[in-house]
Amino acid sequence: MRWTKWTLAALVACGLAAAPVTAQQAPSVPQARFVVVLDAAHGGDETGGRLTNGQYEKTFTLALTMRLRSLLGARGIQVVTTRESDAAVEPEKRAEIANHAAAQACLSLHGSESGSGVHLFVSSLAPAQPVRFPAWKTAQGAWVARSLKLAGVVNSALLQAGMSTTLSRTTLPAVDSMTCPAVAVEIAPERSTLHETTAGLGDPDYQARVATALAAALVEWRTEARQP
Amino acid sequence: MIPRYQKILFGILLVASVAMGVTLWHLRQRAHERLIAGQDSAPTSAPQIAPSERATLLVANDSDGSLLTQFLSLPLPADPGARARAVLGKLLDLYAAPDAAHPVPGGASSVTQVFLLPAVEIGSGAATPAKPKLADSRAVVILSGESSARPSGALSQQFGPQLAVVNLTGSFAASHPSGIETEMLTVLSICGTLHANLPRVTQVRFLVDGAQRPTLAGHADLTRTYLAADAMPAEEIRP
Ligand SMILES: [Zn+2]
Repeated sequence: MRWTKWTLAALVACGLAAAPVTAQQAPSVPQARFVVVLDAAHGGDETGGRLTNGQYEKTFTLALTMRLRSLLGARGIQVVTTRESDAAVEPEKRAEIANHAAAQACLSLHGSESGSGVHLFVSSLAPAQPVRFPAWKTAQGAWVARSLKLAGVVNSALLQAGMSTTLSRTTLPAVDSMTCPAVAVEIAPERSTLHETTAGLGDPDYQARVATALAAALVEWRTEARQP
Repeated sequence: MIPRYQKILFGILLVASVAMGVTLWHLRQRAHERLIAGQDSAPTSAPQIAPSERATLLVANDSDGSLLTQFLSLPLPADPGARARAVLGKLLDLYAAPDAAHPVPGGASSVTQVFLLPAVEIGSGAATPAKPKLADSRAVVILSGESSARPSGALSQQFGPQLAVVNLTGSFAASHPSGIETEMLTVLSICGTLHANLPRVTQVRFLVDGAQRPTLAGHADLTRTYLAADAMPAEEIRP
Protein backbone atom coordinates (compact mmCIF):
# COMPACT_ATOMS: atom_id res chain seq x y z
CA MET A 1 0.00 0.00 0.00
CA ARG A 2 1.58 3.27 -1.08
CA TRP A 3 -1.02 5.42 0.64
CA THR A 4 -0.05 5.94 4.17
CA LYS A 5 -2.41 4.82 6.85
CA TRP A 6 -2.85 8.47 7.75
CA THR A 7 -3.86 9.37 4.24
CA LEU A 8 -6.46 6.68 4.23
CA ALA A 9 -7.66 7.58 7.69
CA ALA A 10 -7.92 11.23 6.66
CA LEU A 11 -9.78 10.31 3.50
CA VAL A 12 -12.28 8.18 5.36
CA ALA A 13 -12.64 10.77 8.11
CA CYS A 14 -13.20 13.55 5.58
CA GLY A 15 -15.74 11.48 3.75
CA LEU A 16 -17.61 10.78 6.94
CA ALA A 17 -17.40 14.33 8.17
CA ALA A 18 -18.67 15.61 4.86
CA ALA A 19 -21.95 13.76 4.99
CA PRO A 20 -22.90 12.57 8.44
CA VAL A 21 -26.56 12.92 7.51
CA THR A 22 -26.10 10.50 4.63
CA ALA A 23 -24.84 7.79 6.91
CA GLN A 24 -27.68 8.32 9.37
CA GLN A 25 -30.35 8.43 6.74
CA ALA A 26 -29.21 5.35 4.87
CA PRO A 27 -32.16 2.95 4.66
CA SER A 28 -32.44 1.00 7.89
CA VAL A 29 -32.52 -2.74 7.37
CA PRO A 30 -33.47 -5.65 9.58
CA GLN A 31 -30.44 -7.02 11.41
CA ALA A 32 -30.57 -10.41 9.74
CA ARG A 33 -30.62 -9.10 6.21
CA PHE A 34 -27.21 -8.44 4.73
CA VAL A 35 -26.99 -8.45 0.96
CA VAL A 36 -23.92 -8.00 -1.18
CA VAL A 37 -24.06 -7.21 -4.90
CA LEU A 38 -21.22 -8.61 -6.99
CA ASP A 39 -20.88 -6.97 -10.38
CA ALA A 40 -18.65 -8.91 -12.79
CA ALA A 41 -17.60 -6.06 -15.08
CA HIS A 42 -17.82 -6.39 -18.88
CA GLY A 43 -19.41 -9.38 -20.65
CA GLY A 44 -20.59 -10.47 -24.08
CA ASP A 45 -19.19 -8.31 -26.89
CA GLU A 46 -17.81 -5.91 -24.33
CA THR A 47 -14.80 -8.05 -23.48
CA GLY A 48 -12.78 -5.65 -21.34
CA GLY A 49 -9.00 -5.92 -21.53
CA ARG A 50 -6.98 -8.86 -22.81
CA LEU A 51 -4.96 -10.60 -20.13
CA THR A 52 -1.50 -12.07 -20.67
CA ASN A 53 -2.83 -15.62 -20.47
CA GLY A 54 -5.03 -14.85 -23.48
CA GLN A 55 -8.17 -14.68 -21.37
CA TYR A 56 -10.49 -11.70 -21.62
CA GLU A 57 -11.12 -9.51 -18.61
CA LYS A 58 -14.83 -10.44 -18.75
CA THR A 59 -13.95 -14.12 -18.13
CA PHE A 60 -11.66 -13.26 -15.25
CA THR A 61 -14.24 -11.04 -13.53
CA LEU A 62 -16.93 -13.70 -13.85
CA ALA A 63 -14.65 -16.42 -12.43
CA LEU A 64 -13.69 -14.18 -9.50
CA THR A 65 -17.34 -13.29 -8.89
CA MET A 66 -18.32 -16.95 -8.75
CA ARG A 67 -15.46 -17.72 -6.40
CA LEU A 68 -16.37 -14.83 -4.10
CA ARG A 69 -20.06 -15.69 -4.22
CA SER A 70 -19.42 -19.17 -2.90
CA LEU A 71 -17.13 -17.85 -0.14
CA LEU A 72 -19.78 -15.33 0.93
CA GLY A 73 -22.53 -17.93 0.73
CA ALA A 74 -20.52 -20.13 3.08
CA ARG A 75 -20.39 -17.20 5.52
CA GLY A 76 -24.14 -16.73 5.43
CA ILE A 77 -24.10 -13.63 3.25
CA GLN A 78 -26.77 -13.28 0.59
CA VAL A 79 -25.30 -12.44 -2.81
CA VAL A 80 -26.95 -10.83 -5.83
CA THR A 81 -24.97 -10.86 -9.08
CA THR A 82 -25.37 -8.64 -12.12
CA ARG A 83 -24.44 -11.50 -14.45
CA GLU A 84 -23.64 -15.18 -14.14
CA SER A 85 -22.86 -15.90 -17.78
CA ASP A 86 -20.97 -14.31 -20.65
CA ALA A 87 -23.73 -11.77 -21.26
CA ALA A 88 -23.53 -8.10 -22.15
CA VAL A 89 -25.13 -6.06 -19.37
CA GLU A 90 -25.49 -2.30 -19.75
CA PRO A 91 -24.19 -0.13 -16.89
CA GLU A 92 -27.74 1.10 -16.25
CA LYS A 93 -28.95 -2.48 -15.86
CA ARG A 94 -26.13 -3.29 -13.47
CA ALA A 95 -27.05 -0.31 -11.28
CA GLU A 96 -30.72 -1.24 -11.54
CA ILE A 97 -30.00 -4.77 -10.26
CA ALA A 98 -27.86 -3.38 -7.43
CA ASN A 99 -30.42 -0.77 -6.43
CA HIS A 100 -33.27 -3.26 -6.52
CA ALA A 101 -31.32 -5.51 -4.13
CA ALA A 102 -31.05 -2.69 -1.55
CA ALA A 103 -27.64 -4.11 -0.70
CA GLN A 104 -25.30 -3.21 2.13
CA ALA A 105 -22.28 -3.47 -0.15
CA CYS A 106 -21.74 -3.45 -3.90
CA LEU A 107 -18.45 -4.53 -5.45
CA SER A 108 -17.77 -4.03 -9.15
CA LEU A 109 -14.95 -6.39 -10.13
CA HIS A 110 -12.38 -5.66 -12.84
CA GLY A 111 -9.00 -7.09 -13.85
CA SER A 112 -6.05 -5.35 -15.49
CA GLU A 113 -2.50 -6.25 -16.48
CA SER A 114 -1.36 -2.70 -15.68
CA GLY A 115 0.02 -1.76 -12.30
CA SER A 116 0.26 -4.13 -9.39
CA GLY A 117 -1.85 -5.42 -6.51
CA VAL A 118 -5.44 -4.35 -6.07
CA HIS A 119 -6.76 -0.95 -7.15
CA LEU A 120 -9.78 0.31 -5.25
CA PHE A 121 -12.02 3.06 -6.60
CA VAL A 122 -14.83 5.04 -5.06
CA SER A 123 -17.05 7.30 -7.14
CA SER A 124 -15.64 10.79 -7.66
CA LEU A 125 -19.08 12.31 -7.05
CA ALA A 126 -19.12 14.76 -4.17
CA PRO A 127 -21.00 13.59 -1.07
CA ALA A 128 -24.62 14.71 -1.36
CA GLN A 129 -27.72 14.72 0.78
CA PRO A 130 -30.01 11.79 0.11
CA VAL A 131 -33.16 12.75 -1.75
CA ARG A 132 -36.30 10.80 -2.55
CA PHE A 133 -35.66 10.75 -6.29
CA PRO A 134 -31.94 11.14 -6.91
CA ALA A 135 -30.66 11.88 -10.40
CA TRP A 136 -29.82 8.55 -11.99
CA LYS A 137 -26.29 9.45 -13.07
CA THR A 138 -25.30 10.87 -9.68
CA ALA A 139 -27.32 8.63 -7.35
CA GLN A 140 -24.11 7.36 -5.73
CA GLY A 141 -23.47 10.88 -4.38
CA ALA A 142 -25.62 10.20 -1.31
CA TRP A 143 -23.62 7.03 -0.66
CA VAL A 144 -20.08 8.24 -1.24
CA ALA A 145 -19.30 8.62 2.45
CA ARG A 146 -20.36 5.03 3.12
CA SER A 147 -18.51 3.88 0.01
CA LEU A 148 -15.31 5.48 1.28
CA LYS A 149 -15.77 3.68 4.57
CA LEU A 150 -16.33 0.37 2.77
CA ALA A 151 -13.21 1.02 0.67
CA GLY A 152 -11.27 1.50 3.90
CA VAL A 153 -12.49 -1.86 5.25
CA VAL A 154 -11.69 -3.63 1.95
CA ASN A 155 -8.29 -1.96 1.86
CA SER A 156 -7.47 -3.12 5.39
CA ALA A 157 -8.45 -6.69 4.60
CA LEU A 158 -6.28 -6.74 1.47
CA LEU A 159 -3.31 -5.28 3.33
CA GLN A 160 -3.80 -7.83 6.08
CA ALA A 161 -3.64 -10.54 3.39
CA GLY A 162 -0.26 -9.14 2.33
CA MET A 163 -1.40 -7.44 -0.85
CA SER A 164 -0.46 -4.01 -2.12
CA THR A 165 -3.29 -1.61 -2.85
CA THR A 166 -4.01 1.79 -4.29
CA LEU A 167 -7.11 3.80 -3.50
CA SER A 168 -8.47 6.52 -5.72
CA ARG A 169 -11.70 7.97 -7.04
CA THR A 170 -13.05 7.87 -10.52
CA THR A 171 -16.14 7.99 -12.69
CA LEU A 172 -17.69 4.67 -13.61
CA PRO A 173 -21.24 4.84 -14.99
CA ALA A 174 -22.50 1.70 -13.22
CA VAL A 175 -21.04 2.64 -9.83
CA ASP A 176 -22.14 6.31 -10.07
CA SER A 177 -25.76 5.15 -10.35
CA MET A 178 -25.69 2.68 -7.46
CA THR A 179 -27.57 3.46 -4.25
CA CYS A 180 -25.42 1.32 -1.98
CA PRO A 181 -21.93 1.55 -0.49
CA ALA A 182 -20.06 0.78 -3.71
CA VAL A 183 -16.42 0.11 -4.52
CA ALA A 184 -14.85 -0.84 -7.84
CA VAL A 185 -12.12 -3.42 -7.30
CA GLU A 186 -9.54 -3.82 -10.05
CA ILE A 187 -7.19 -6.74 -9.61
CA ALA A 188 -3.73 -6.40 -11.19
CA PRO A 189 -0.89 -8.93 -11.05
CA GLU A 190 1.13 -9.18 -7.89
CA ARG A 191 4.63 -7.84 -8.51
CA SER A 192 7.92 -7.75 -6.64
CA THR A 193 9.75 -4.53 -5.89
CA LEU A 194 11.71 -5.19 -9.10
CA HIS A 195 8.38 -5.17 -10.99
CA GLU A 196 8.58 -8.86 -11.76
CA THR A 197 5.22 -10.61 -11.76
CA THR A 198 5.01 -12.93 -8.77
CA ALA A 199 1.35 -13.89 -9.30
CA GLY A 200 -0.61 -13.36 -12.49
CA LEU A 201 -4.36 -12.91 -12.87
CA GLY A 202 -4.64 -16.45 -14.23
CA ASP A 203 -3.03 -17.88 -11.10
CA PRO A 204 -5.81 -19.74 -9.21
CA ASP A 205 -3.96 -19.31 -5.91
CA TYR A 206 -3.83 -15.55 -6.40
CA GLN A 207 -7.51 -15.43 -7.31
CA ALA A 208 -8.30 -17.45 -4.18
CA ARG A 209 -6.27 -15.11 -1.98
CA VAL A 210 -7.99 -12.02 -3.42
CA ALA A 211 -11.43 -13.60 -3.05
CA THR A 212 -10.70 -14.68 0.51
CA ALA A 213 -9.51 -11.19 1.47
CA LEU A 214 -12.60 -9.61 -0.12
CA ALA A 215 -14.84 -12.07 1.71
CA ALA A 216 -13.09 -11.22 5.00
CA ALA A 217 -13.66 -7.53 4.28
CA LEU A 218 -17.37 -8.07 3.70
CA VAL A 219 -17.69 -10.13 6.89
CA GLU A 220 -16.02 -7.27 8.76
CA TRP A 221 -18.35 -4.80 7.02
CA ARG A 222 -21.34 -6.86 8.14
CA THR A 223 -20.06 -6.81 11.71
CA GLU A 224 -19.66 -3.01 11.56
CA ALA A 225 -23.09 -2.61 9.95
CA ARG A 226 -24.72 -4.56 12.77
CA GLN A 227 -23.10 -2.55 15.50
CA PRO A 228 -25.50 -0.01 16.97
CA MET B 1 65.34 26.30 -87.43
CA ILE B 2 62.55 28.55 -86.11
CA PRO B 3 63.07 32.19 -87.00
CA ARG B 4 63.48 34.54 -84.02
CA TYR B 5 60.43 36.66 -84.82
CA GLN B 6 58.28 33.51 -84.69
CA LYS B 7 59.59 32.68 -81.21
CA ILE B 8 58.76 36.20 -80.03
CA LEU B 9 55.25 35.98 -81.55
CA PHE B 10 54.64 32.59 -79.90
CA GLY B 11 55.78 34.02 -76.56
CA ILE B 12 53.45 37.01 -76.88
CA LEU B 13 50.49 34.79 -77.85
CA LEU B 14 51.16 32.45 -74.89
CA VAL B 15 51.31 35.32 -72.42
CA ALA B 16 48.17 36.85 -73.98
CA SER B 17 46.20 33.60 -73.77
CA VAL B 18 47.22 33.02 -70.13
CA ALA B 19 46.31 36.62 -69.30
CA MET B 20 42.93 36.20 -71.05
CA GLY B 21 42.33 32.97 -69.15
CA VAL B 22 43.03 34.65 -65.80
CA THR B 23 40.83 37.64 -66.75
CA LEU B 24 37.99 35.31 -67.78
CA TRP B 25 38.24 33.42 -64.51
CA HIS B 26 38.13 36.71 -62.58
CA LEU B 27 35.14 37.93 -64.55
CA ARG B 28 33.35 34.65 -63.93
CA GLN B 29 34.01 34.93 -60.20
CA ARG B 30 32.75 38.54 -60.13
CA ALA B 31 29.65 37.60 -62.12
CA HIS B 32 28.96 34.75 -59.65
CA GLU B 33 29.38 37.11 -56.70
CA ARG B 34 27.04 39.63 -58.29
CA LEU B 35 24.47 36.91 -58.85
CA ILE B 36 24.59 35.83 -55.20
CA ALA B 37 24.49 39.43 -54.04
CA GLY B 38 21.51 40.10 -56.30
CA GLN B 39 19.39 37.31 -54.80
CA ASP B 40 17.47 38.22 -51.66
CA SER B 41 18.65 35.33 -49.55
CA ALA B 42 17.68 36.97 -46.26
CA PRO B 43 14.94 34.94 -44.46
CA THR B 44 11.46 36.40 -44.95
CA SER B 45 10.47 35.20 -41.47
CA ALA B 46 12.33 34.12 -38.38
CA PRO B 47 13.28 30.44 -38.41
CA GLN B 48 10.84 28.23 -36.47
CA ILE B 49 13.33 27.11 -33.88
CA ALA B 50 11.62 27.69 -30.55
CA PRO B 51 13.75 28.59 -27.60
CA SER B 52 14.06 25.98 -24.87
CA GLU B 53 11.86 26.60 -21.87
CA ARG B 54 11.07 24.71 -18.73
CA ALA B 55 8.07 22.46 -19.24
CA THR B 56 6.18 20.75 -16.43
CA LEU B 57 5.06 17.19 -17.07
CA LEU B 58 2.78 15.20 -14.80
CA VAL B 59 4.09 11.71 -15.36
CA ALA B 60 2.01 8.70 -14.40
CA ASN B 61 3.47 5.79 -12.47
CA ASP B 62 1.63 2.48 -12.63
CA SER B 63 3.38 0.95 -9.66
CA ASP B 64 1.60 3.18 -7.16
CA GLY B 65 -1.02 4.92 -9.27
CA SER B 66 0.56 8.31 -8.77
CA LEU B 67 1.35 11.36 -10.89
CA LEU B 68 4.82 12.74 -10.39
CA THR B 69 5.92 16.16 -11.54
CA GLN B 70 8.92 16.30 -13.85
CA PHE B 71 10.55 19.46 -15.11
CA LEU B 72 12.16 19.32 -18.54
CA SER B 73 13.78 21.84 -20.82
CA LEU B 74 11.95 21.72 -24.14
CA PRO B 75 11.80 23.90 -27.24
CA LEU B 76 8.29 25.32 -26.84
CA PRO B 77 6.56 27.23 -29.65
CA ALA B 78 4.87 30.52 -28.75
CA ASP B 79 1.53 29.49 -30.25
CA PRO B 80 -0.50 27.99 -27.37
CA GLY B 81 -1.98 25.16 -29.46
CA ALA B 82 1.42 24.12 -30.77
CA ARG B 83 2.84 24.50 -27.28
CA ALA B 84 0.17 22.20 -25.85
CA ARG B 85 0.90 19.63 -28.54
CA ALA B 86 4.64 19.84 -27.87
CA VAL B 87 4.35 19.16 -24.13
CA LEU B 88 1.84 16.34 -24.63
CA GLY B 89 4.10 14.88 -27.32
CA LYS B 90 6.96 14.81 -24.85
CA LEU B 91 4.73 13.23 -22.20
CA LEU B 92 3.62 10.47 -24.57
CA ASP B 93 7.24 9.95 -25.68
CA LEU B 94 8.10 9.19 -22.05
CA TYR B 95 5.26 6.64 -21.95
CA ALA B 96 6.47 5.02 -25.16
CA ALA B 97 10.02 4.61 -23.84
CA PRO B 98 11.07 1.00 -23.12
CA ASP B 99 11.49 1.52 -19.36
CA ALA B 100 8.40 3.67 -18.86
CA ALA B 101 6.70 3.56 -15.46
CA HIS B 102 3.38 3.91 -17.31
CA PRO B 103 3.94 2.09 -20.59
CA VAL B 104 1.71 3.19 -23.47
CA PRO B 105 2.80 2.73 -27.09
CA GLY B 106 2.45 5.53 -29.59
CA GLY B 107 4.64 8.46 -28.56
CA ALA B 108 4.43 12.08 -29.65
CA SER B 109 2.70 11.38 -32.97
CA SER B 110 -0.35 10.10 -31.01
CA VAL B 111 -1.47 13.70 -30.40
CA THR B 112 -2.72 14.97 -33.74
CA GLN B 113 -3.95 18.39 -32.60
CA VAL B 114 -4.81 20.36 -29.51
CA PHE B 115 -7.54 22.95 -30.01
CA LEU B 116 -7.97 25.71 -27.47
CA LEU B 117 -11.43 27.20 -27.10
CA PRO B 118 -13.07 29.48 -24.56
CA ALA B 119 -14.33 27.32 -21.72
CA VAL B 120 -18.06 27.24 -21.16
CA GLU B 121 -20.07 26.35 -18.13
CA ILE B 122 -20.64 22.65 -17.85
CA GLY B 123 -22.89 20.44 -15.79
CA SER B 124 -24.66 23.18 -13.87
CA GLY B 125 -26.83 20.56 -12.23
CA ALA B 126 -24.00 18.15 -11.61
CA ALA B 127 -22.38 17.54 -8.30
CA THR B 128 -19.47 19.67 -7.22
CA PRO B 129 -16.10 18.05 -7.75
CA ALA B 130 -14.69 15.85 -5.09
CA LYS B 131 -11.48 17.59 -4.21
CA PRO B 132 -8.40 15.46 -3.68
CA LYS B 133 -7.35 14.87 -0.12
CA LEU B 134 -3.63 14.78 -0.63
CA ALA B 135 -1.65 14.21 2.50
CA ASP B 136 1.20 12.54 0.66
CA SER B 137 2.92 14.13 -2.30
CA ARG B 138 2.83 10.78 -4.06
CA ALA B 139 -0.82 10.30 -3.25
CA VAL B 140 -3.07 8.72 -5.78
CA VAL B 141 -4.78 11.34 -7.87
CA ILE B 142 -8.48 11.85 -7.62
CA LEU B 143 -10.58 12.36 -10.65
CA SER B 144 -13.03 15.12 -10.23
CA GLY B 145 -16.64 15.44 -11.10
CA GLU B 146 -17.74 18.37 -13.20
CA SER B 147 -17.91 21.98 -12.17
CA SER B 148 -18.60 25.31 -13.70
CA ALA B 149 -16.44 28.00 -15.20
CA ARG B 150 -18.20 30.79 -17.04
CA PRO B 151 -16.24 33.26 -19.07
CA SER B 152 -18.04 36.37 -20.21
CA GLY B 153 -17.31 39.04 -22.78
CA ALA B 154 -14.38 39.69 -25.06
CA LEU B 155 -11.98 39.95 -22.13
CA SER B 156 -12.60 36.38 -21.12
CA GLN B 157 -11.94 35.32 -24.70
CA GLN B 158 -8.47 36.75 -24.28
CA PHE B 159 -7.76 35.95 -20.66
CA GLY B 160 -10.56 33.64 -19.51
CA PRO B 161 -10.46 29.91 -18.89
CA GLN B 162 -9.95 27.64 -21.87
CA LEU B 163 -11.19 24.26 -22.95
CA ALA B 164 -8.50 22.12 -24.58
CA VAL B 165 -9.72 19.56 -27.09
CA VAL B 166 -7.08 16.88 -27.49
CA ASN B 167 -7.31 14.86 -30.69
CA LEU B 168 -5.62 11.48 -30.28
CA THR B 169 -4.95 8.90 -32.98
CA GLY B 170 -7.03 5.75 -33.23
CA SER B 171 -3.90 3.63 -32.99
CA PHE B 172 -3.04 5.21 -29.63
CA ALA B 173 -6.46 4.35 -28.21
CA ALA B 174 -6.38 0.87 -29.78
CA SER B 175 -2.99 0.05 -28.28
CA HIS B 176 -3.61 1.63 -24.87
CA PRO B 177 -3.52 -0.95 -22.06
CA SER B 178 -6.98 -1.66 -20.62
CA GLY B 179 -7.80 -0.96 -16.99
CA ILE B 180 -9.49 1.63 -14.79
CA GLU B 181 -6.26 2.84 -13.21
CA THR B 182 -4.01 2.89 -16.27
CA GLU B 183 -6.59 4.70 -18.41
CA MET B 184 -7.39 7.15 -15.64
CA LEU B 185 -3.69 7.92 -15.20
CA THR B 186 -3.25 8.66 -18.91
CA VAL B 187 -6.25 10.98 -18.97
CA LEU B 188 -5.28 12.77 -15.75
CA SER B 189 -1.62 13.16 -16.69
CA ILE B 190 -2.69 14.76 -19.98
CA CYS B 191 -5.11 17.09 -18.16
CA GLY B 192 -2.58 17.97 -15.47
CA THR B 193 0.26 18.53 -17.93
CA LEU B 194 -1.90 20.85 -20.04
CA HIS B 195 -2.93 22.90 -17.01
CA ALA B 196 0.62 23.06 -15.66
CA ASN B 197 1.96 24.56 -18.88
CA LEU B 198 -1.11 26.51 -19.99
CA PRO B 199 -2.76 27.64 -16.76
CA ARG B 200 -5.76 29.01 -18.65
CA VAL B 201 -6.68 25.46 -19.65
CA THR B 202 -9.22 24.45 -17.03
CA GLN B 203 -11.23 21.89 -18.98
CA VAL B 204 -10.15 19.09 -21.27
CA ARG B 205 -12.09 17.00 -23.75
CA PHE B 206 -10.85 14.16 -25.92
CA LEU B 207 -11.41 13.12 -29.52
CA VAL B 208 -10.02 10.05 -31.22
CA ASP B 209 -9.34 10.48 -34.94
CA GLY B 210 -11.51 13.59 -34.81
CA ALA B 211 -14.55 11.79 -33.43
CA GLN B 212 -15.99 11.14 -30.00
CA ARG B 213 -15.19 7.72 -28.55
CA PRO B 214 -16.97 6.19 -25.53
CA THR B 215 -13.87 5.11 -23.61
CA LEU B 216 -10.11 5.15 -24.00
CA ALA B 217 -9.64 1.39 -23.74
CA GLY B 218 -12.85 0.14 -22.13
CA HIS B 219 -12.85 2.18 -18.90
CA ALA B 220 -11.95 5.90 -18.91
CA ASP B 221 -14.96 7.86 -20.12
CA LEU B 222 -13.95 10.02 -23.11
CA THR B 223 -17.38 11.54 -23.60
CA ARG B 224 -17.13 13.86 -20.61
CA THR B 225 -15.30 17.08 -19.90
CA TYR B 226 -12.43 16.71 -17.46
CA LEU B 227 -11.31 19.41 -15.07
CA ALA B 228 -7.63 19.95 -15.61
CA ALA B 229 -6.82 21.45 -12.23
CA ASP B 230 -8.11 18.46 -10.32
CA ALA B 231 -5.44 16.24 -11.80
CA MET B 232 -2.71 18.28 -10.14
CA PRO B 233 -0.99 16.88 -7.09
CA ALA B 234 -1.05 20.31 -5.48
CA GLU B 235 2.00 19.94 -3.26
CA GLU B 236 4.27 19.23 -6.18
CA ILE B 237 3.50 22.06 -8.51
CA ARG B 238 5.97 24.83 -7.97
CA PRO B 239 6.95 27.60 -10.33
ZN1 LIG C 1 -12.62 -3.56 -16.53
